[in-house]
Amino acid sequence: MIEVKDLHKAFGAVKAVDGVSFTARDGEITGLLGPNGAGKTTTLRMLYTLMTPDRGQVLVDGVDAAVDALAVRRHLGVLPDARGLYKRLTARENIDYFARLQGLPEDELRNRREALVEALDMGEIADRRTEGFSQGQRVKTAIARALIHDPHNVILDEPTNGLDVMATRALRQFMLRLKAEGRCVLFSSHIMQEVAALCDRIVVIAHGRVVADETPDALREQTGEGNLEEAFVKLIGTDEGLAA
Amino acid sequence: MNKMDTHPLRRSRAFATVFLKEVRENLRDRRTLISAFLTGPLLTPLLFVMLISFTVNRELDKADQPLKVPVIGAQYAPNLLGALKAGGVVPQPALASPEQAVRNQDVDLVLRIAPDYAKAWRKGEPVQVELIYDSSQRDANTSVERVTKLVEGYARQQGAMRLVARGLSPSVAMPVVVAKRDQATAQSRAVLMFNMLPYLFVLTIFIGGMYLAIDLTAGERERQSLEPLFANPVPRWKIFLGKLAAICAFSTASLLICLVAFAVIGRFMPTEKLGMEVNLGPSFALHVLLLQLPLIVLLGGLQSMVAAFAKSYREAQTYLSLLMMLPILPSVALMVMPIKPQDWMYAVPLLGQHLGILDLVRGNGIGAMPLALCLAGSSLVALAVALVTMQLYRSERLAISG
Repeated sequence: MIEVKDLHKAFGAVKAVDGVSFTARDGEITGLLGPNGAGKTTTLRMLYTLMTPDRGQVLVDGVDAAVDALAVRRHLGVLPDARGLYKRLTARENIDYFARLQGLPEDELRNRREALVEALDMGEIADRRTEGFSQGQRVKTAIARALIHDPHNVILDEPTNGLDVMATRALRQFMLRLKAEGRCVLFSSHIMQEVAALCDRIVVIAHGRVVADETPDALREQTGEGNLEEAFVKLIGTDEGLAA
Repeated sequence: MNKMDTHPLRRSRAFATVFLKEVRENLRDRRTLISAFLTGPLLTPLLFVMLISFTVNRELDKADQPLKVPVIGAQYAPNLLGALKAGGVVPQPALASPEQAVRNQDVDLVLRIAPDYAKAWRKGEPVQVELIYDSSQRDANTSVERVTKLVEGYARQQGAMRLVARGLSPSVAMPVVVAKRDQATAQSRAVLMFNMLPYLFVLTIFIGGMYLAIDLTAGERERQSLEPLFANPVPRWKIFLGKLAAICAFSTASLLICLVAFAVIGRFMPTEKLGMEVNLGPSFALHVLLLQLPLIVLLGGLQSMVAAFAKSYREAQTYLSLLMMLPILPSVALMVMPIKPQDWMYAVPLLGQHLGILDLVRGNGIGAMPLALCLAGSSLVALAVALVTMQLYRSERLAISG
């Protein structure tokens, strides 16, 4: 479970995140929806301790990120906005590197890795160097790398960005599978259909603030719009930076 | 074994994991390999040896080989010519306009004997021979000096014979004699030529680690892989130390190759012909390696620091090329103002290594005190640089590529 309480982060005079609070529960998919530049990536970066909040608290499975950042990172699987792979290493070697940094024993590493290669359908590319991988192959490798230590909480920053239809469908199936395994899945997106189709709970962010935190149905009721797209536009105040 | 017990043991692998991955990844990069193991360490010894052989052989050629000199008026002074021939000069036919020929660099020098040479000689009056040359032609200077010495030697000999013929001792005409007592040993003469050797070693270390330093910080950030890397439960300072170790491994390997190359090629250098003695063998190599160890860490840290400031691979490359000028400073400073080495100078990084390596070349070995100062001084600065870079690694901005 991930709990976020009153997060603030400013870069100079720009308040990127200005009082964000929400909870992402186990066995649920929580969507962080907002236009580009709303503060989604900065919020997530504070969750996986890449950035320190100016104010507020992050709890992952009850561990305070400000107190024990390493423990928090151990409880998290992260697909950051930056997907950078090591292009002179094969997909398997990329995964192994992170597995060893996570401290996985070698036999456990092998089992986990092969299970992920199977689950993400990457058997054919696993022993190829990642230079020249397609966007979809890159995301798959990055996800396998992020989940190698079997984390209970999974954070995905715009996971379907740049993927084609088939790859997007496959990734959505994979996220539902993570949910079914009882994990806490938190992902950000600016694509409304995606959020509507997957999420048990939607946190809408605009201008660094949470403007709604509801189930999709409740969101429709709250705004009085039958259509989610209209509901979002009403909440955010503009349709700029959103995609259907 | 439960999960909690394995954690301390697990974490201790982070350093080795980062180190091994960086080494493996960079061993697959052809450009890094070529610059660290081929051009970097081998080009400098080759150039150095070629330069020295060229200089040495040119000097030797001049001294031993017959020297062709056009002589005008050879028929007036057969005895002088005989003495010159004995000294290895081969007289050439006279030239119509010797000044022009010298200016055009057709010949190095021309000897002109005046027609009244024989008449003046018989009267016992001083006679003049002219040497026409161009002192701005450095090539000609050895030849001019050689012919001058031969003529002067002949004159002294003839003068002495005249004194003897008049019943006087030749020493009457030589009230003061200079006796040169050169204290330079064969090895200390070598130092003059080997002044640039310390810089070459530093350069090799620098080039050996440069591409790694760029790749592991600026490169990794540019490829956006630093952010996912920092999401792992490993403190950043451990990641930095693993990377620093990889840089040092490459630059050390580079230096080793360079030292082996010097040891091998050094055997073919004709230094003993000039009365110099240079031993670039295993003992020399080991001492150089020892002296350079703290410097390897220092330079690796410095390169990482500079590369961490840069926003992109190219920017880092530019900064590091500028940084490459830094190690040349002590060599140049010592060449411009030759100072007597003081003990404290050994504690200054780069300068200490420079003096230490010159001590080794000179053949007296390096004293325990200077050695300790050199190692301690450089190690301290290396530690400081590493700590500052570690601090830099903790900054939020470092990880973010966009």
